[in-house]
Amino acid sequence: MTTAGSGAAPMVRAEGVHKRFGRTEVLRGISLEVAAGEVCCVIGPSGSGKSTFLRCVNHLEKIDAGRLEVDGTLVGYREEGDRIHELREREVAATRRDIGMVFQRFNLFPHMTALGNVMEAPVQVLGTAKRDAETAARALLDRVGLGDRAGAYPAQLSGGQQQRVAIARALAMRPKLMLFDEPTSALDPELVGEVLDVMRGLAADGMTMLVVTHEMGFAREVADQVVFIDEGVVVEAGPPADVITAPREPRTRDFLSKVL
Amino acid sequence: MATRPDDIRAVPVRHPGRWVAAAALGVLVAMLVHFLVTQHKLRWDVVASNLFAHPVLVGVERTVLLTVGCMAIGVVLGVVLAVLRMSPNPVLKGVSWAYIWFFRGTPVLVQLLFWFFLPSVVASLSVGVPFGPSFLHADSKTVVTQLVSVLLGLGLNEAAYMAEIARAGILSVDAGQSEAAAALGMRRVQTLRRIVLPQAMRVIIPPTGNETISMLKTTSLASTIGYLELLGTAQEIYARNYLIIPLLLCISLWYLALTSVSYVGQYYLERRFGRGAARELPPTPLQRVRVALAGRPGQGLG
Repeated sequence: MTTAGSGAAPMVRAEGVHKRFGRTEVLRGISLEVAAGEVCCVIGPSGSGKSTFLRCVNHLEKIDAGRLEVDGTLVGYREEGDRIHELREREVAATRRDIGMVFQRFNLFPHMTALGNVMEAPVQVLGTAKRDAETAARALLDRVGLGDRAGAYPAQLSGGQQQRVAIARALAMRPKLMLFDEPTSALDPELVGEVLDVMRGLAADGMTMLVVTHEMGFAREVADQVVFIDEGVVVEAGPPADVITAPREPRTRDFLSKVL
Repeated sequence: MATRPDDIRAVPVRHPGRWVAAAALGVLVAMLVHFLVTQHKLRWDVVASNLFAHPVLVGVERTVLLTVGCMAIGVVLGVVLAVLRMSPNPVLKGVSWAYIWFFRGTPVLVQLLFWFFLPSVVASLSVGVPFGPSFLHADSKTVVTQLVSVLLGLGLNEAAYMAEIARAGILSVDAGQSEAAAALGMRRVQTLRRIVLPQAMRVIIPPTGNETISMLKTTSLASTIGYLELLGTAQEIYARNYLIIPLLLCISLWYLALTSVSYVGQYYLERRFGRGAARELPPTPLQRVRVALAGRPGQGLG
């Protein structure tokens, strides 16, 4: 165990994070902290930069300015004295192992079965023996309620089932942090519940989660912290009882009046 | 609910145009068959006696060998070129672009002759430090044989076409797939090998089958440098007996047979890489025959 991970340092720490795409500045100084074991829900209008921020946390996007740390370590860079070095591809890949990510459009590997999807990274990245990886993968599929669908290809599964496989796939790497990028936005309304149930279970087990979502009910019930982002800055952050139930900022109130 | 109404019994639409077209085509086909059967100068007896003659079989073997060899070079080098072409490194990208530009821009027969006659200008080949000392020497005539010049000529040309096919396949895979793999900690090469290429294969295989069939026949260019594959063998035989048409018919039957075999190979490859693309894989022809025999006898011809 590293000392950084246990207790004192936050799991995610962002300080003035900036991100540009060409000339548009998508993130204009995001600062937030997520403690270990905490569930943080990020809400905000579309185009506010919340998904981009999430993608910065595992370096799928490179930040242009500011500081972003996961578990006390800089994301995508290494500090030596006052100089900052870009990490090599191998090093970036190594840091991503500990951060699970679930995508809006599932992004399951369509040419592999549910079981194959969950086993892929442990076998290819960690070099786990196939038999051990299979045992672990079956246990994870059981945990998301899909033990009987292990042999199914993604095209044979419903959206909700696919997203649960995607969660199991991310968990197979035993991450210390899970990122969810609008995990229920591509689902038919009647399938949203089964995915949120799995996420509730994860939260109850103490997983640190950063969730970009439009599910205000979920945020209110499960989140320890809700962060409202608009136009690339954090407008308001705090417990759901404050941010969702009694927002201080007019922009937050305006947004919530449209989605609630 | 009321009782179910009777099925509609409508008078079908007539298609006189189709009957006329079918009749006209029927007459043309009948004329062709009549010509093939009654024209005694076609000498089907010569076709039959040469079909399995030893030199022809050797020619078949060489044609197959050339096709497999050239396609292997083409596919492997083509995938490498496609990956280079999509590299962020401008030098690699440029080299790949220039390769494709050159090899697609000059006739394949010219390239074949070029490799064959190269030893006349470059007498020896050596391996070593560029512009420095070398360790391995060889006379280029012993290295660049007829076979090697055909493999180089057709294989390197094919690579340029396969590069574009492979690139199209790689581009057809959703970017979310690479992102998901990256998020799991997979490296670029792993992602390409395990995630992207297997999915790209679905798009790559049909045009590659097309290229293979094309290559099967392009190998006949090897006869121009005196390599005795199917066409070269036929030419050698009819140079002696002047039975040109019968021998061309004979090797045409072989080309048709080989093409048909490659159809079967393509079918099973497509099936293999189609996993997950559809909810159910279609049955193989063999399975279909089995179902037809076991399940519903008499179906199909009734």
